[in-house]
Amino acid sequence: MNGIGPIYRRELASYFATPLAYVFIVIFLLLAGSFTFSLGGFYERGQADLAPFFGFLPWLYLFLVPAVAMRLWAEERRSGSIELLLTLPVQPGAAVAAKFLAGLTFIGLALALTFPIWITVNYLGSPDNGAIVAGYLGSLLMAGGFLAVGSCLSAATRSQVIAFILTVVVCFLLLLAGFPLVLDAFRGWAAPGVLDAIASLSFLTHFQAISKGVLDLRDILYFAMTIAAWLYATTLVLEMRKAD
Amino acid sequence: MIEVSGLSKTYGDVHAVRELSFRVGAGEILGFLGPNGAGKSTTMRIIAGFIAPTAGTAAVLGHDVAREPQAARRALGYLPEGAPSWPEMTPRSFLRFIADVRGLAGEHRTRRIDDTVARLGLGPVLDQTIETLSKGFKRRVGLAQAILHDPPVLVLDEPTDGLDPNQKHEVRALIREMAPGKTIVISTHILEEVDAVCTRAIIIAAGRLLADDTPAALEARSRYHNAVTLAPTLAADSARIEAALREVVGVAAVEPGERPGQLTALATPGAQPLAAISALAAREGWSLNELRLEAGRLDEVFRTVTASGVAP
Ligand SMILES: Nc1ncnc2c1ncn2[C@@H]1O[C@H](COP(=O)(O)OP(=O)(O)OP(=O)(O)O)[C@@H](O)[C@H]1O
Ligand SMILES: [Mg+2]
Repeated sequence: MNGIGPIYRRELASYFATPLAYVFIVIFLLLAGSFTFSLGGFYERGQADLAPFFGFLPWLYLFLVPAVAMRLWAEERRSGSIELLLTLPVQPGAAVAAKFLAGLTFIGLALALTFPIWITVNYLGSPDNGAIVAGYLGSLLMAGGFLAVGSCLSAATRSQVIAFILTVVVCFLLLLAGFPLVLDAFRGWAAPGVLDAIASLSFLTHFQAISKGVLDLRDILYFAMTIAAWLYATTLVLEMRKAD
Repeated sequence: MIEVSGLSKTYGDVHAVRELSFRVGAGEILGFLGPNGAGKSTTMRIIAGFIAPTAGTAAVLGHDVAREPQAARRALGYLPEGAPSWPEMTPRSFLRFIADVRGLAGEHRTRRIDDTVARLGLGPVLDQTIETLSKGFKRRVGLAQAILHDPPVLVLDEPTDGLDPNQKHEVRALIREMAPGKTIVISTHILEEVDAVCTRAIIIAAGRLLADDTPAALEARSRYHNAVTLAPTLAADSARIEAALREVVGVAAVEPGERPGQLTALATPGAQPLAAISALAAREGWSLNELRLEAGRLDEVFRTVTASGVAP
């Protein structure tokens, strides 16, 4: 898979070539902070953990990760640079992976910048730091899942706005797949086995399991496979659009 | 070497390319001509592997672009229409990126980048973001990207579009200079470019191949081939000279030339009336500002070929 390294570095640098990246990071940190400290009752709860932070993060990511994902491919198609990128001697899969990894690095960087929250909780009490590390890992995996969904939908359109909206909708459904809101739509006509299968697709269920500090291989595999599947779908979409 | 055979591409019910076949060998510079929407860019995109044909095949240096895409792409330098790139990059970072993706390394990488930058005169703008460059410099950055790895096959979609006359001249010289041993296809709307750089020209319209010939042979299809254009010093002489020209053997008709005051005597097919006309001018003592032979006018051949849809 040659080409991954250079494309990854180019992509990552392009995030920081415009003020957009900094705006994104600031908004992310402001929202994460205010959710955790004021809405989450961080101080009032009297518990030394990051449960409020990890409780809000999926909802923050539901909007912020699609905002990162929307430009992955749609912008290249609109500007025409996709023609240059896809006629270089790189496998489409390598380009897809490199762009994904660059986006994930960027999101991971924003996530890492929430470390003051972690320091605060260590200052105030003695939290289970292992569980917090697991929570951060789970957050990154979930962000990766959203980003992979967004990559695929961004490849399907040249409009960033459409990519954004579609990604939010699909991610919302995936997030809540195990909850009545989504399951009720299937209840009554789908077989119980199908209901269970849909429920097991829920991002939130898997994320909550990890963020409680229980690092189950199945939850990690779930996210890894979700990411792989959507990235593979991205290469298929790119391949299909060649034959348009 | 580029081989295109039976190539077709349809978008819905638009036939962008229809059963196009041609072959370009090493050392050739093929001019790819056709009116707007003829299917030039579509054909080039298929050769570059950016879009898949509806039918037919294309191969670069013997590598089928569908079955061996990576090998085909390594052999190819491609300038897409409009020379797209990433606006936030500088030419320096852009060329380094291309070099890395293409696997150039070490001494060789540095040498290729320096050489390409020098050839295209990118030195003064190396560290300016591409979005702030003028149109001509953007085009040059695109060209630099295409020739960076010194590929044996080059496909350039409108390489001189947007360049000033000096740069057009430079780029044509560059193309001619690179030509030995390479296979080059350029699309253009500038017909004098065909004369200036191409060893062969293809004209397509509505996706169909209408002509495939050397520039000289295409010019020979012109009604102006072997015509003689002259300009009497005195406008008063014009009518007398015109009447005399009509009587010359090998002259089919006389019409006003491209510029005011000129007369153009068209040759009957196969005839070369220049000698007879210059002898007549000497005998009659005509006072002339100009007397010259026309090779034929490519723009006129282009119009005739593409308007009728069949070769004249
Ligand atoms: N993505 C597309 N979807 C639908 N139609 C397309 C698409 N791309 C090209 N076409 C159509 O295919 C035809 C050929 O277009 P192409 O760009 O190959 O022409 P061209 O010869 O390069 O023209 P120009 O000289 O203006 O660059 C046109 O009718 C164009 O509208
Ligand atoms: Mg074109």
